[in-house]
Amino acid sequence: MTTVSLTVNGQSVTADVDPRTLLVQFLRDNLRLTGTHVGCDTSQCGACVVHLNGQAVKACTTLVVQANASVVTTIEGIAQGGELHPMQAAFREHHGLQCGYCTPGMIMSAIDIVARKGNGLDEQTIRAELEGNLCRCTGYHNIVKAVAAGAQAMAQAPLRQAAE
Amino acid sequence: MYAFEYHHPTSVEQAADLATRSEDAKFLAGGHTLLPTMKLRLAAPANLIDLGQIAELRGIQRSGDAITIGAMMKHAEVASSADVRAAIPALAELAELIGDPHVRNRGTIGGSIANNDPSADYPAACLALNATIVTDKRKITADDFFQGIFTTALDEGEIITRISFPVPAQAAYAKFRNPASRYALVGVFVARHADGVRVAVTGAGSNGVFRLPEMEEALSRNFAAEALDGIAVPEDEMNSDIHADAAYRAHLVGVMARRAVQAAAARS
Repeated sequence: MTTVSLTVNGQSVTADVDPRTLLVQFLRDNLRLTGTHVGCDTSQCGACVVHLNGQAVKACTTLVVQANASVVTTIEGIAQGGELHPMQAAFREHHGLQCGYCTPGMIMSAIDIVARKGNGLDEQTIRAELEGNLCRCTGYHNIVKAVAAGAQAMAQAPLRQAAE
Repeated sequence: MYAFEYHHPTSVEQAADLATRSEDAKFLAGGHTLLPTMKLRLAAPANLIDLGQIAELRGIQRSGDAITIGAMMKHAEVASSADVRAAIPALAELAELIGDPHVRNRGTIGGSIANNDPSADYPAACLALNATIVTDKRKITADDFFQGIFTTALDEGEIITRISFPVPAQAAYAKFRNPASRYALVGVFVARHADGVRVAVTGAGSNGVFRLPEMEEALSRNFAAEALDGIAVPEDEMNSDIHADAAYRAHLVGVMARRAVQAAAARS
């Protein structure tokens, strides 16, 4: 066993883990943060995307020991004070989901896209940037709309971004 | 995946020492090939030596006529580096074509090169740019480093510390991606140096990344896509699988080479 200490959604967590524990297993099984999903388990689908030190990564292909002393944000950590993050609100408003399985990864990826590419995102950029996230229900149309609207909304909510 | 003992050294010296002392050890860089391989139980090292805590394996420097990239630099870091974009834009563009944004936030240049996947992108850049792979023991030219699929000149326990890329006059990379895996079905990196043109192909060869001397000679005389007219790419050395047969890959090599030359020639 190895001891890991990390910050998850603003809270310090320390645990003894088997070194082969994946970050996604640790989040789901140890911390019971089951919003982060396991879809393909082969780094293709993006259902497991979380932010590791502010960058979107696939938690199914990261060992929790590699995240030692890091800051992790999951889908559970982005709403503030009972109010949805602007990107979450945009997914609801634009119906950017059907079954919802891919949605946590889509939203975490979308927030990362805004951080890297800014608030004015065109459709081509969004589609290219979402290539690591698969949705098996939709034709992506509403997801793309939601990401564009969420990106705009994040510009109008600077305090909320800072809070994240 | 099977259990292993985890080590996280903070210096290259410690890492090399651990590799010498540990039985059945593997180095962990970004983990985006090794961890999936371990999950499939195709690899089951008894000891995993994580290189992620070693500061000396990071950083990008422009010095003289070369760009030197630390082995643990991630694809996203290479893609967004102002120094790389200014000196060798083709290299930054190649990094941006690897995998997807999440993979690029974890995968490393050193890991990619040490693995030498026959469809990986960086080996083509190393070969065409005449890079030098620096390890904890020596310097190895790219021509000597890549020795066939998943095979390199690295000794057991030898660690890539950085890769030095001479800055070319013009260069470009053209990639035909497998739409599912995003690996190169065929990728061609063309670089015009002061002493001639180098052309390297990844994804296509049955024995991994390789150069095309006939194209290099023609392009050294005339750096234009037309110079490649009439040059046939031999099918018998091409990989053939469910994604593309040898004839298709051979054809794509010619197409991608022309596109790369056109893109490189358009660069001032």
